[in-house]
Amino acid sequence: MNADSPLRSGLTLAGIAVLGVALLTGIHHLTRERIAAQQRDAVAMRLSQVLAPDRYDNDLLHDVIQVTDPETFGHPGPATVYRARRDGQPVAVVMEVTAPNGYNGPIRMLVGILADGSISGVRVVSHRETPGLGDPIEARRSDWITRFEGRSLRDPTPEGWAVRRDGGEFDQFTGATITPRAVVEAVQRALEYHRAHLDALYARQSADEQSTDE
Amino acid sequence: MSEHRTPLGDIFTEAAWRQNTGLVVLLGLCPLLAVSGTVVNGLGLGLATTFVLLVSNLSVSLLRKTLRPEIRIPAFVLIIASAVTAIDLLMQAWFHDLYGVLGIFIPLIVTNCAIIGRAEAFAARNPPMAAAVDGLGTGLGFCLALVLLGALRELAGHGTLLAGADMMFGEWARSLELTLVPNHPGFLLAILPPGAFIGLGLLIAARNAIIARGERRAKAGSPRVTAPVARGESA
Repeated sequence: MNADSPLRSGLTLAGIAVLGVALLTGIHHLTRERIAAQQRDAVAMRLSQVLAPDRYDNDLLHDVIQVTDPETFGHPGPATVYRARRDGQPVAVVMEVTAPNGYNGPIRMLVGILADGSISGVRVVSHRETPGLGDPIEARRSDWITRFEGRSLRDPTPEGWAVRRDGGEFDQFTGATITPRAVVEAVQRALEYHRAHLDALYARQSADEQSTDE
Repeated sequence: MSEHRTPLGDIFTEAAWRQNTGLVVLLGLCPLLAVSGTVVNGLGLGLATTFVLLVSNLSVSLLRKTLRPEIRIPAFVLIIASAVTAIDLLMQAWFHDLYGVLGIFIPLIVTNCAIIGRAEAFAARNPPMAAAVDGLGTGLGFCLALVLLGALRELAGHGTLLAGADMMFGEWARSLELTLVPNHPGFLLAILPPGAFIGLGLLIAARNAIIARGERRAKAGSPRVTAPVARGESA
């Protein structure tokens, strides 16, 4: 074969591509299980922040349903709901809720609600709020997000479910009202959804892909 | 094709300091400005980039006699993309929290023009050892710029240094976090993108001042002619 032929160039490139693919296949096999385990740990870690693991005895990561309700969950797609049980009895649900009206875009969070309608915990999963102004919604920056714990639709009353500037009970931040307002509203919507669908949330078959929206 | 015998130490200082990617050549500014919010983020991205540079320079140098000119760029792209995907998977497996913070900037190492620049300008015309040293030097130089800028912004913005070191080194590293300014109110300008540009400007100025001082010293002492290693600018 002529050393200058395009075929030779093509074969060289193909050889490099094959080597690259072989290398990456190897690394993929080496890391696949570890990555999956890390992702499971990360989800379990987040869930444990909104609902203490000693409160339930089922496999929370697999007792999961998808629900679609854009009004409540803040985005048109299905939202994941984890269901915690003890001895088969409902204990709590953890819902993935999005506040669509953050200052710089959607704020994704986990809201844990006990079967009696009170909140076991709220954590922000991701957001793009302004650093230094809107980021006290993160648990590592301030304890603001922990003040939802134990609250329910009766405590405070519906008028109280707002930031102080709007006449409610929750503090806003210096220089940031839109961010905490969005979070408070999203948590309240989650509680209302929980109250309206309490039985359906626990009764539905796990991993059922149907939606329960009306 | 000059396969001359420049001492490896000179290749290293040339790549890491005299032609520092972040502070002199000003390549790869997108990740440099975006990820330099804290020391740990900067260090994480810097080390990942160094790994990619080392692998790509070494591979390109080993293949330099096989690669004909018309296919060298696609070949470089294949090599760099493989190295980046490899580090992406490895970081996901072993530094999952840090990977969560650096996110999109790990796959985006592939677009850092410093990497294809070094492959084309240096690795393709030098033996493997020299190419590896050049890759290491370029990468560590970039890492240095990232860490310095990260330190500057973290200190000014949050009053801390090495916050989140546990994401990289494990639980024990939590104690590495230094709170140098207790109850720091947070300096927004340093954290936001403009702070990255201003910080980079300060770092470049500082580097120029060091160089100028060195030159004055050299002039005052015995005049020494420095012959810079030929270094093509590309990308």
